[in-house]
Amino acid sequence: MCHPDAFRSGAGTSRERFVMTASQETVFLQGHIIDSLILAKVLDTILMMGGTFDLQDVKIGATREASSQARIVVQAPSGRLLAEILRAIQPHGAAIEREADCRFEPAPAPGVFPEQFYATTHLPTQIRLDGEWVEVEGMEMDLGICVDPAKAHARTVPMGRVTAGDLIVTGREGIRVTPLARPVERDVFGFMESVVSSERPHHPVIADIAQRMQKLREWYRQGRAGAKVLFAGGPAIVHAGGREALAWLIESGYIQILFCGNALAAHDMEATLYGTSLGYGLTAGRSVPHGHEHHLRTINRIRTIGSIEQAVRSGVITGGIMAACVQCDVRVVIAGTIRDDGPLPGVLTDSMAAQQAMRAEIPGVGLALLIASTLHAIATGNLLPATVPTVCVDVNPAVPTKLADRGSFQAVGLVMDAASFLAELARELGWRP
Amino acid sequence: MSRLLVCPPDYFQIDYEINPWMRRENGVDPARAVRQWQALITVLEQDVGVGIERMQPVQGLPDLVFTANAGVVVGRRAVVSRFRYSERQREEAHFSRWFRERGYEVLTLDPSLYFEGAGDLLGFPDAWFGGYRQRSDIRAFPKLSEIFEREIIPLELIDSRFYHLDTCLCPLSGGDLLYLPSAFDSYGLAAIAERVTEDRRLAVPEEEALRFACNAVCVGKQVVIPVGCPCTTKLLEERGYRTHPVQLDEFMKSGGAAKCLTLALD
Repeated sequence: MCHPDAFRSGAGTSRERFVMTASQETVFLQGHIIDSLILAKVLDTILMMGGTFDLQDVKIGATREASSQARIVVQAPSGRLLAEILRAIQPHGAAIEREADCRFEPAPAPGVFPEQFYATTHLPTQIRLDGEWVEVEGMEMDLGICVDPAKAHARTVPMGRVTAGDLIVTGREGIRVTPLARPVERDVFGFMESVVSSERPHHPVIADIAQRMQKLREWYRQGRAGAKVLFAGGPAIVHAGGREALAWLIESGYIQILFCGNALAAHDMEATLYGTSLGYGLTAGRSVPHGHEHHLRTINRIRTIGSIEQAVRSGVITGGIMAACVQCDVRVVIAGTIRDDGPLPGVLTDSMAAQQAMRAEIPGVGLALLIASTLHAIATGNLLPATVPTVCVDVNPAVPTKLADRGSFQAVGLVMDAASFLAELARELGWRP
Repeated sequence: MSRLLVCPPDYFQIDYEINPWMRRENGVDPARAVRQWQALITVLEQDVGVGIERMQPVQGLPDLVFTANAGVVVGRRAVVSRFRYSERQREEAHFSRWFRERGYEVLTLDPSLYFEGAGDLLGFPDAWFGGYRQRSDIRAFPKLSEIFEREIIPLELIDSRFYHLDTCLCPLSGGDLLYLPSAFDSYGLAAIAERVTEDRRLAVPEEEALRFACNAVCVGKQVVIPVGCPCTTKLLEERGYRTHPVQLDEFMKSGGAAKCLTLALD
């Protein structure tokens, strides 16, 4: 499971600035703290030592005799620095607010949470264990939190994967969810504020996404964590003619992970073998005789060979998205559904197993592109922590709207055709078809 | 008539070292200490004209002589100190009993909140200052502010030689303030400047502060101040105060002088 640091520091300075800080503690200050400049001294000390603060609940005494009080959330990039800051401000009266530890109960049965289980959000979360705040690993929405008090360790766990006796956090005490700070980077992810509109000019948005992908590719090549680009897409990419652009993006090293279904892979390889997508000639734009059989024949061919990888390596599949993935060692998770034909070898037909395989790829993702697929876009969106910038493109506004409503500053929705988006993105990055 | 609480120095000596002034090998001359203390009391009673309340000295409590640290008294209410060092914590019960036996309402703070009485809490009628960091805990002041319904401006003491506020700051009855600026940080100096205008702030030179110029007792226009502080004496006399220099070097071996040896009762 992903270590939170992967989201935090791996992708370098620009991301560091807009993701949350690692450690925080709330302190309370009271007395004649305003005119004595004690509050100013405490805040200055926090800043001078490299921390930041969030001033909450400042109450100024109504009369000169009356005390004032302030609640200050002190944040620091590491637990150690936080401890140093707290040590420095405590003599000035900053008392750490005593919060309760979180409560937890054993799971009553396999795959069952305790009745009062705490359901996660996709925001950075800490729980208090034995007086210490512990970062919850693998943040993802709609999961439970499993704790190991002996090791002061906490991680998310999906309902279906809990085993009887796992200690699961219950109630709301001793749980701290940190809202994301607004990104300071002045690009599309900093400004969009989850607005989805089909009337927005697309070009500047795509240019910003391209710029970010350029930077992430550079970081990925330098071996920095949190620099992977995840692409989740549907078959409309092939039908609409976005296949070449996407293959080029993969071949050029802009994408490291692909999530898709049986259909995207099948139609992509159908296009290689027959020049059609679901029976339509991709160049002529007409249905071809017996074209509806092409994807079935494609699937059958790959099943005969044994795997997509073998089909590419043996020279049967010579181009397109799947070939690019095999040739460029892109991690691929193909999740099956009840309407699938075949399916292709490698398709995970157990939905929970597919979800788990997708989840395992999330650590280290620094940007997610969710293109032309309601099913895969929503599934992927649910797996992503809020710290990962996300782009959702679909002709149906409902999909990006649903994704953008996840409450992240970093979700960008574009209502547009997948092929146009991919072509423009690839061109922005240097594709010259 | 003002009244001061004092304690004769029968058992005063250097038994331990809890501030930079105290060195066991720098022993007290008991007879000289008694003479100096008697001279101080005579000046206070005869020249300044205050009433003196003597408490019973206790063997084994050498610092009981520094009654400024007994607590803080306003009217018939006394908040008794809670000493930082165990060496002086045994004094608390004696001070407490003295107040109780004389009918004061005796209040104590939470035992975790160190507070060393009038050594760290002094001021003008409307604005008090609280010294913290060396001995008293800043968190004691909001409670004291509530008890006495006074504004208390906390001031961090940044020089361990000036470990109590009364060693580096002395409010005078005319609204003037004797103080050693270098004993405070910029926040403290700004807070002082906010409450006391420049023409009323009398900065004491450090060499005189080291001779306890700020550890003075001011009653009306009379100021009892240790000898060897000519600049401070001049500053005071220019403002119309009458100064009474007294020799208290035996007590300075323990880190105190005139103010430390007295507690204002009303």
